[in-house]
Parts: sequence; structure tokens; C-alpha cells
Amino acid sequence: MAKGKVTFNEDICKGCGLCTTACPVKIVTMDTSKINIKGFHPATVFEMDKCIGCANCAMMCPDSVITVERF
Amino acid sequence: MSVVFKKTSGLTEKETHYCPGCTHGIIHRLVGEVLEELDVLGETIGVAPVGCSVLAYDYFNCDMHEASHGRAPAVATGIKRVHPDKVVFTYQGDGDLASIGTAEIVHVAHRGEKITTIFVNNAIYGMTGGQMAPTTLIGQRATTAPLGRTAEHSGMPLRVSEMLATIDGAAYVERVSVDTPANIRKTKKAIKEAFQCQIDRKGFSIVEVLSTCPTNWGMTPIDSLKWLADNLIPYYPLGNFRRPGEVK
Amino acid sequence: MAKVLMKGNEAIGAAAIRAGCKYFFGYPITPQNELPEYMSKEMPKVGGVFLQAESEVSAINMVYGAAGAGARVMTSSSSPGIALKQEGITYIAGAELPCVIVNIVRGGPGLGGIQPAQSDYNQVTRGGGNGDYKLLVYAPANLQEMVDLMQEAFDAADYYRNPVMMVGDGMIGQMMEPIEFREMPSRFELPGKEWATTGTKGLRKPNIINSLALDPAELERHNIHLQAKYDAMKADEVKYEAYNMENAELVIVAYGTTSRIVRNAIIDLKEQGINVGLIRPITLWPFPEKAFDLVPKDCKGLLSVEMSMGQMVDDVKIASNGRWPVHFYGRAGGMIPTPEGVMEKVKALVGGAK
Repeated sequence: MAKGKVTFNEDICKGCGLCTTACPVKIVTMDTSKINIKGFHPATVFEMDKCIGCANCAMMCPDSVITVERF
Repeated sequence: MSVVFKKTSGLTEKETHYCPGCTHGIIHRLVGEVLEELDVLGETIGVAPVGCSVLAYDYFNCDMHEASHGRAPAVATGIKRVHPDKVVFTYQGDGDLASIGTAEIVHVAHRGEKITTIFVNNAIYGMTGGQMAPTTLIGQRATTAPLGRTAEHSGMPLRVSEMLATIDGAAYVERVSVDTPANIRKTKKAIKEAFQCQIDRKGFSIVEVLSTCPTNWGMTPIDSLKWLADNLIPYYPLGNFRRPGEVK
Repeated sequence: MAKVLMKGNEAIGAAAIRAGCKYFFGYPITPQNELPEYMSKEMPKVGGVFLQAESEVSAINMVYGAAGAGARVMTSSSSPGIALKQEGITYIAGAELPCVIVNIVRGGPGLGGIQPAQSDYNQVTRGGGNGDYKLLVYAPANLQEMVDLMQEAFDAADYYRNPVMMVGDGMIGQMMEPIEFREMPSRFELPGKEWATTGTKGLRKPNIINSLALDPAELERHNIHLQAKYDAMKADEVKYEAYNMENAELVIVAYGTTSRIVRNAIIDLKEQGINVGLIRPITLWPFPEKAFDLVPKDCKGLLSVEMSMGQMVDDVKIASNGRWPVHFYGRAGGMIPTPEGVMEKVKALVGGAK
């Protein structure tokens, strides 16, 4: 059971990828299947069940794209 | 389900103009979070410089004043002397503070002006396209040091925190970095301590934040974090140089 | 109100405090040092702040900050120091903030000298900073006039939200004259300063003091807005004095203490049957062009007398607009014109005593 959940405000993301360096369980990745309004691949999480809600990704994000919840 | 992390009300809704991966954005957020957590947003006046953060007046959710290049500490002095009970901060880059504005930053420290300076050091001039700054490392290339900076031509990079820590009026001087979540947490703690030093009227407070410039360093945002750790931190050691009450 | 004998620089300080100035940021430079010295003594007594900055550049930026925070604020300097403040002044004008700047002019260029001069005329009237901006510029001829103008300077600065400059030459700053502090009703209906950086207190959107506008269309709109303000100043703020203009065969244009020397020359010339008039600009900007409608049609010419190598003479030419020939007589470097010198020049122009 996931301990946390992250949501991405995709259209604000600039596709910089800093968040992907910070996730201790390595689930944050760039969604190369689509581009956002700015033309960037937005960050996303596919395996949300592994999220531990540590907020490292949100900590690393320069644009406040990520909201983190914890159960 | 509880929200443990969301965008701070210390920042406005406006999306920043910073390049993708530029860590100015992180530093802005930390300042916004600290002002929100200290519950002083309505009592705060910020002074934005000329540089990449020239548009910071659109991003911080408090009264803002746009200074001319290098003069933010003087503008902040004028504001603080008129409103001694308000929280006043400057947000400056290394071109702004360590080059044209050195007299101003030395003298707010010298006067023990009760303001807080957030000093973003990315070892280059960002807004104007990558020129060499006083903080540019030896060997680091810049548009005005095409073959890399040499000490013989333009001296050794300037360590501002160490310099200001020799001034008694500088009550709080700390250098931090935003290249990892752990360092970002330390940066937030330092920024909070700096603003608390001002609120407690102990004197001048400054936090030097090592930051990246992917565009002008010519690297990806992720490589920039690594370059910062491998090159800036060794030359600009992290840590506290002065705390209130300490006599150095 | 009893008259009191005061030194110019100190009278400026006293008048500014009476006008509600609570903040002064300055830096030492001869010949205006007595003003910051006076302020360092007197400001604390009225709950105000005097601060000596590390440079004139910092001083004007402290003024810029304090003005943005909603205060009545002032600085003073002398020629080279005013040159250092130019960037700050254009920022204050661009951001539409009120303040008063006192310039006690000394001989130039460069380090120059410390004696009286009027060689900053172009800088103060055309602006030494970048961009299309103007300062409302007063040039008193004596300490009483200066004291009377100080209240208006601060009121006009607040009303127009623009820097105002008070120009004196070294003599205005250094000489002592009996003056009277008179209660003068304000000419202006002063607006509030809800635009100031005082902290939102969570009750309003953030105020932003700023002169940056990267969008050219927006910056042009801003310039048009500023120009409307300067046009209003041209319409309502011109001050001058006209003296002995009745069938004057020559009209001298002179301001500040130079005009007092010219007045003596005019009196002496009259005794020798030469009738000379005087137009004395009190505002250097806006320049009193309408005053020249008082010049008799058959007047032989205009003579600009200045403590410089000739700067106001250009404005006299513009105002004359070809109606009369325009001449110049001046002393520079701190040398002060004498009545005799002026008389000699006049006689050379009108063909000797009658």
C-alpha cells in the first residue's frame, strides 16, 4: 500500500528533470509520451503505489509543480 | 490523506520566467515558505535587483521594490529606516552583489542594518548571457572569459561570506546550496534563521546560496547540480560563518 | 514669527524639517556639509532619521527606498555628488516617487573647485540620467525665498510624484541672512500614498515600486503618462520675477545670487541713463518662456548672465525664438561676476552711456 501520493501541475512543468534525481524510490520520471502546453515532457509517476510521500521531488522542483500527500 | 507539501502562499500565482532547471526557482520557494511560516508576509517588503531575478517583484507575494543594479541594500536601508518594524529583505545575484554592489553590501553589514539578504551565487552573469562574474571559478569559461578565467588576468574568485563575516555588524552569515534535497532543507533552515535574526533585531543577516545556471554553464539542469557539487562547493565551502552573539 | 540669522545650508535643513521631511540620506561634500551636519543634529529631535551613506550613489538609492516606502525624504549634495546620483534620480522619476534633492553647485568640470557656480544648469534642467524625464527645479536667489520654496518643493513632489530639485550656488549654501519661517498654506490637494511599500497586512494586493517595463508598448504608454505630468508642470508650476522691464533697451536673464549682482548693475546703469530689465527664472525647469512676452518689441537684445561658460543662454535663445539677438556674459570656475563687469558688457551691447 502506497504511503504517499504526488500530483503534478503538468502545464507549469518546464521538463527540467531535477525531481527525477531526488526520488529515493526512483519512481519520478519524465512522461515522454506527451508534451505540455509549453512543449515540454512533464514529470510524472507511473508506479504511484511505491510513493513514500517523502516530498524530495517537490523539494527539488524549481516551479512548485508537485503537491505531495501522505496517508 | 493529508497534504504535506504544496505551493507556498509566499509566492504569487505567476509562473517564473527562469530557465528550466534554474535553481532560482527553488530559492524563491524557500524564501516564500519561510515568510509564510514566520507569518510576516503582510509585514514584509522585498527589494529585487537587476539580474535574472529582476522580475522577482512579480513572484514574491509581498510589497516589492525594484532596485537598480547593485543598489538593493541601499534601497532596503531606506525602506527599513522608514519602517523599522517591518521585515525587509534583498534578493540578489552575484553580479549584482559581488561586483557592482560590493560597497552597498559591505556597508549594510558595516552598519548592522537590520535587513536580510538572500545572495544567489551561480558564478556567472545569467540575465545578460553568461559573462564572467567576480565569483566565476578559475578555468570556468564565460562569454567574457572565452578561454576560461585566469587568476593572473582577473584575480581569484571572491568569497563573499568569508569577507562579510569579518564585519561585526554582520550578525548572521551562512553559505548553503540547493543541489540536493538535504542541502535544500539546510538552506531553508538558514533562511529562516536569517529572517529570525532580523526580527530579533540582532543586526545584518545574509545567506549565500550556491545555485546553478544550466543555460550559461552550457549543461543540462541535472548535470549542473553535479557540476555545482564538484566545483562550486569545494571553492565555496558550505557552513555558518557567523551567528548572533558570536564574536569572531 | 521672529527673524533669525542663519547660514544657508542650515536654513535649508530647518525649512525641510518644517515642511515635514523626516528622512535625510547624505554624504559629505563641500560646499553643502553644514546641511547633513544640521540634519544629524535636528532629525532625531523630530523623530526623523539622518543617515550618512557610504557614497552619493547609495544615498540617492536610500532616498529611492524611503520614498517608495511613503516617506517625505530628502538628500543634498554638490555638483560632482549630484553627478553620481543621476542614475538614482532617473529611477525615482521613472518609478514616480516624490523626493527633494538639494544641489549646492560648485565650479566644474571634474573635481573642479568649491566656489559658487551655476555650471550644472544643463544637468539639472535636461536631466543627467537616462530617458525622457524632468525634474521640477527651483533656483532661489536668497535664503528667504529658498525657505519659502521648501514647503512647496515637498508638496509639489508629493502632488506630481516626481523628484524636485532645489538648486543653490555655493553662496546660497554658505552665506548668512536673516530669515523668517512663515506658515504658508499648501497650494496642493495632496493625494494619499496608498501605492507605498508599507506591508500588505494581508489586506491588499502587493504594491510594487518599479521603473522596469520590458514591453516597449507598455514603456511608451508610461512615457506618455510621464510627459502629461511634465506638461502639467509647464502649465502650472512656472515661477519667475520680472524687474524694470518698462521700455527696457536690453533685458538681462539671470537667476540665483547672480541675479542680485545684476540688479545692482541695473540700478547703476539707470543712473547713467541706460534702462535695462531683468527676467529672473525662479523655476529653471519649467523655463519661464512666457516671461519673454514682457520684453519690449524694440528691445536691442537679451543678455544671459551666468556663473558658467553659458548654458541657460540656450534656453534664452529658444524663448527669444529669433525675436531679439541673444548675448552671453559669464564668469566660471567659482569666479563671481561683478556689477562693473555686467555694466561693461551692457554698454558694449547698447553703445555706451547716454
